[in-house]
Amino acid sequence: MTIVFALFLLTLLVVTALAIVRTKNLFIATMLLSIFSLLMAVNFFILDAADVALTEAAVGAGVTTVIFLSALRLTSQYERGSLASSRWIAVIVVVTTTVLLISGTINTPNLGDPNAPVHQHVAPFYLENTEALMGFPNVVTAVLSSFRGYDTLGEVFVVFIAAVGVMFILDARQGTGPEYELRVEKGLKHHLIPRAVGGLLIPFMLLFGLYVQFHGEYGPGGGFQAGAIVATAFILHAILEGERTALKAFSRNAQMALIIGGSTLYGAVGVVCMLKGGTFLDYSVLMEDPVTARQVGIIIIELGVGMAVCGALLSIFHSFAARKPVAQAK
Amino acid sequence: MTLDAFLGHFNYWVFAILLMIGFYAVIAKGNLIKKLVGLSIFQSAVFLMYISMSKVEGGTAPILQAGAVDPIYSNPLPQVLILTAIVVGVATLSLGLAIVVRINERYGSIEERELLDAD
Repeated sequence: MTIVFALFLLTLLVVTALAIVRTKNLFIATMLLSIFSLLMAVNFFILDAADVALTEAAVGAGVTTVIFLSALRLTSQYERGSLASSRWIAVIVVVTTTVLLISGTINTPNLGDPNAPVHQHVAPFYLENTEALMGFPNVVTAVLSSFRGYDTLGEVFVVFIAAVGVMFILDARQGTGPEYELRVEKGLKHHLIPRAVGGLLIPFMLLFGLYVQFHGEYGPGGGFQAGAIVATAFILHAILEGERTALKAFSRNAQMALIIGGSTLYGAVGVVCMLKGGTFLDYSVLMEDPVTARQVGIIIIELGVGMAVCGALLSIFHSFAARKPVAQAK
Repeated sequence: MTLDAFLGHFNYWVFAILLMIGFYAVIAKGNLIKKLVGLSIFQSAVFLMYISMSKVEGGTAPILQAGAVDPIYSNPLPQVLILTAIVVGVATLSLGLAIVVRINERYGSIEERELLDAD
């Protein structure tokens, strides 16, 4: 039964992707991309990746859609035709590569084959030793925050740099001439139903975000998902109440402090480990009992990840939302 | 081709097709936002490939269960790589969109052909 459902979902993914590429209306493309992400999240869930499904649902279907929409507000909603001359070359290249890629899969192990090379390397070590070393059951969180903590630190810095980059590009001073339209500052205040429903949802979204943050060691979740969920709650608030009210509640400086604080917290834990005589990000030296020490270290760095991701996503959203659209001359 | 081989490779074929649908949007569409949409599809296809590789037959999510007899867990490593890649993906995507917004402010268009003519 699951296999039929999986086949159906995968086919639906291809259909959605084709529809996204075909449509000339970028608003429709964005909405379809959101559906695409949601389908992808269900697929991840069927493939046993609960943590990834949670991330894809929060980030792919939620935040990405909002950021695309705010970019559309600043550009234009319609696509004006493709480059006709290169179209057939592109079709030939794409079809050839698809055939090559599919023929490349012929000799790969079947889906779910336990003897596939990918399952023989370090994964068994992670599965066998997480309980003894960390004392909690979620292996994904253990690998993310401890076994491969360096990677995650790098990813947090990439998110940090991207947020700062967006800020540099979009927060630059704009002209004030008549070509800049007056911004509507009202949000959705004049719509009763979104306000009522949104107002009810936001506290529960924040609560769920905090649950995902602090229960990440025992169930699906962790800093990345929690950061995205909390950011989504604040973005919903900003959409409902308008930019000005939202920035009063959560200022740009506070967002910046979250990004910097989160990444610094992560790095600082590593440095403290070194000062205590261990190696960088080896949490076991933090306290007397190495298992408790690792748990404490992981909770702190997950908090750092959550803060940095939440701050970065919010800051990116507000960079787009605060910019005035230029009146199109054409 | 047996049914077993078909089901065992269907995920990878969908990966290949999605990858190339995204790639087609990147190379054949002139609209810069459409190119970034294509890039997102491309990226999602790679995610699908990694997560498909992590699946183990009869397995469950890699969250250890106390007292389970001979439990089978799917591979946690690809899941960790993709989990972080999704968040990094949205951050880099917004960097791209920010550049598109500035191009639009400068040139009044986000169509590749018109941008080339304007230069």
